[in-house]
Amino acid sequence: MSEIKDNLAALTADVESALTRRRSRSAAAISWLREAALLPVLVVLIVVGAVLNSHFLTVSNLTGIGQQISALGVVVVGESLILLIGGMDLSLEATYGLAPMVAAWLIVPAASFGAGTMLNPYLGILILLAVGVAVGFANGLLIVKGRLNGFIVTLGMTILLAGIQDGIVKGQSPFGLPGPFGYLGSADVGAIPVSLIVAALIFVVAGLFLRYHRLGRAIYAIGGNREAARAAGIKVNRVRIGVYVAGSVLAAIGGLMEAGRVSSVASTQGYGEGIIFAVFAAAVIGGVSLQGGRGNMVGAASGVILLGVVQNILDLENAPNYWIDAIDGAVILVALILARVIGGEASAE
Amino acid sequence: MIPAVSAAGIHKRFGSTHALRGVELNLLPGRCLGLVGRNGAGKSTLVSILSGIVPPDAGAVRFDGQPAPSLGDVAAWRARIATVFQHSMVVPGLTVAENVFLGRQPRRGPGPLGLVDWRRMRAQARTIMADWGFDVAADTPCGSLTVEQRQVVEITRALAAGTRCLLLDEPTAALERGGVRRLFDRVRQLREAGVAILYISHHLEEVFEICTDVAVLRDGELVLAAPMTEVGKEDLVTAMVGSPERAGPAAPAPPPAPSRPRDPGGTQAPDLVVSSVTAATAGTLLSGVSLTVRGGERVGLTGLRGSGATTLARIVAGAAAPDAGEVRLDDRLIRPGDRAAALRAGIGYIPEDRQAEGFVPLLGAAENITMTITERISRAGLVGPKRREQRAAPLARRLSLVSAGLGQPVRELSGGNQQKVTVARALASDPALIVAITPTRGVDVASKELLLAELDRITRQTGASLLLASDELDDLVICDRVLVLVRGEIFTEFTEPPFDREALIAATEGLGVR
Repeated sequence: MSEIKDNLAALTADVESALTRRRSRSAAAISWLREAALLPVLVVLIVVGAVLNSHFLTVSNLTGIGQQISALGVVVVGESLILLIGGMDLSLEATYGLAPMVAAWLIVPAASFGAGTMLNPYLGILILLAVGVAVGFANGLLIVKGRLNGFIVTLGMTILLAGIQDGIVKGQSPFGLPGPFGYLGSADVGAIPVSLIVAALIFVVAGLFLRYHRLGRAIYAIGGNREAARAAGIKVNRVRIGVYVAGSVLAAIGGLMEAGRVSSVASTQGYGEGIIFAVFAAAVIGGVSLQGGRGNMVGAASGVILLGVVQNILDLENAPNYWIDAIDGAVILVALILARVIGGEASAE
Repeated sequence: MIPAVSAAGIHKRFGSTHALRGVELNLLPGRCLGLVGRNGAGKSTLVSILSGIVPPDAGAVRFDGQPAPSLGDVAAWRARIATVFQHSMVVPGLTVAENVFLGRQPRRGPGPLGLVDWRRMRAQARTIMADWGFDVAADTPCGSLTVEQRQVVEITRALAAGTRCLLLDEPTAALERGGVRRLFDRVRQLREAGVAILYISHHLEEVFEICTDVAVLRDGELVLAAPMTEVGKEDLVTAMVGSPERAGPAAPAPPPAPSRPRDPGGTQAPDLVVSSVTAATAGTLLSGVSLTVRGGERVGLTGLRGSGATTLARIVAGAAAPDAGEVRLDDRLIRPGDRAAALRAGIGYIPEDRQAEGFVPLLGAAENITMTITERISRAGLVGPKRREQRAAPLARRLSLVSAGLGQPVRELSGGNQQKVTVARALASDPALIVAITPTRGVDVASKELLLAELDRITRQTGASLLLASDELDDLVICDRVLVLVRGEIFTEFTEPPFDREALIAATEGLGVR
């Protein structure tokens, strides 16, 4: 009798699992589609670019795009990590300006608006990284241990850091960055900019880390359900602080690339240019959820490339200067809507 | 006498559950009707229907003999009947007077342009408070009031709206003894002034003290309704539990308890020692509770909501920190409120609310199950989906987890299978002590039996100890002894399975021999 019952139970289980398996296979297809949601948009944009301007598809223009977006891309990786864990950090743009500013100020001569300390440029890079660590740690402590709201903490931090960035050089822009300091942003390997290679590496490493490292998985767990992660014994607070630190360090590296590219650190770099909007836009267009726990590096990278291509087309077409911002904003909104339409309910949140 | 409220032939279904089956209920002016019943008997549903929050599927509610207002007309309902819920409904940022007149402030000037007449509002609030002898200042912000004072504000709000019928839903759940006394005085005073009161409580002794009549709900039916003077405690407990044959030893068939063969390897699980744990959280007070769970012992904790059984289990699991007291496993102090430390010490945790703490909905079943052992299964920090699934598969099979592959997001699984993931996650770490809180809540009967049998088998096989907090008596069948908590203290202990169902229920109500 009990044998019959067991058999019956096993049979029901089989049927149910077969049904759910079919359901899930279609779900898997849909999720793959979501990851590639931006691909058709990108293809259309590239066709548009090629039609509008014969220069668009040349190697020099494409590597130019690559160099332009790599600094932004590295910051987007940082912001994506923070978004994935269910946080947000507005101050990445200020770190992107302040970290290279402090370093440049300490290494260039007083005549180039330096502090006069003329430190070794390699030491400068260490200082740059240290600034990133310090800012991220401060944010993390205030938000995680101090239980302050991340939005307002990082907003306050943004203004503070941008003020320091302006203050130490009295509004000047240190220039004449020594070779090693400018290398990352200005050198090429063959025809390919070093910054593009490094940015691509950072994307790949971050993507693999998120997929295969237990801390990467912990980021998804915490962003997806913080209390469940805690109940499973994950050291939630430690990981969260760590991610804020990683995000700020990546922002500092992005800032180093930008400084090298233009071979000076403008007092407006970062906050003054308002790059945080592009950072958030790229991440969200790329399917990284502002609610946490959802998104990946493939999406984030395609968001960055999309913004870069649009910017490049506008530049090539000599879009009227006074209208650039308006067009930029419109493009971001359209891209968001497209991502939503293609990606379905869960995307672009 | 025309009843202030009469409910006739009320039926309500939620999906496949028939929550209320033809309930008849009358509330008379100047009477206080106690409504009792076990969890899931239909009390909350009845309250929602009487307060005009959900419509009944069949039957009608009448006020003073008139048909009830339409469901959307909140103001009209509030003028007829007011409910003081378990969770306070006052707006913390507003003052007492503003809360009393929320949405119907006295105005100066006509129509939509009329401005709030602050002076009159405060004066009226003061007058009502004074009339009833309530002692709360009208211009205090409600956020700074005690739970008891907030309740007073809610009652005042009802009286100010002209309501002469009150529903009090577990009003003493969050009050300390003095507060309960004063609440009873107020209820008596209201009753004598002709207010009709429905008093819902888990505490039978309160019902005996304050109510004039009593009604018992069981499985959605009103099984008993009588004046208080005509029933005894035994009658109430019997009515709540059901027919005598169901009130026997706790079902389902208890597994043979005595002479349990222990782990042949002979590894003895460590003792758990909890000493003088004190904690105050919303609705629960634990006052200096101590207990010991010997290695391999399976101990049940039970009690009504707010009794502290759940909080105590959470503290042992490191999911909550006590205000004072300590938890030791194998004589080693576990850092309070540090779930990661408790896990390292060998404590597995099946949380009460699986949605909140049990799983990460977007991640796969295997990843959720192995979340407690990522350090163990990763090499240089790296771990792939395949390895996770290898580790999760035996547990998933053991618990008959039904999924479309172990990579399927847990969000897509049924409630019962989500619970299996939650249980598997706790078992994955090979715990020396399993802390389980209502491990079978919201799962179907077959899964329920399977989960209990599996907890029983695993503790026998591995010699792990079990601390099982549950208000479902069926869960306690697998325990060697059961501790009953009442109002944050250990009230009594049952040491010999099978446990008498009726005696257990009486004990949770604070009745019976200590």
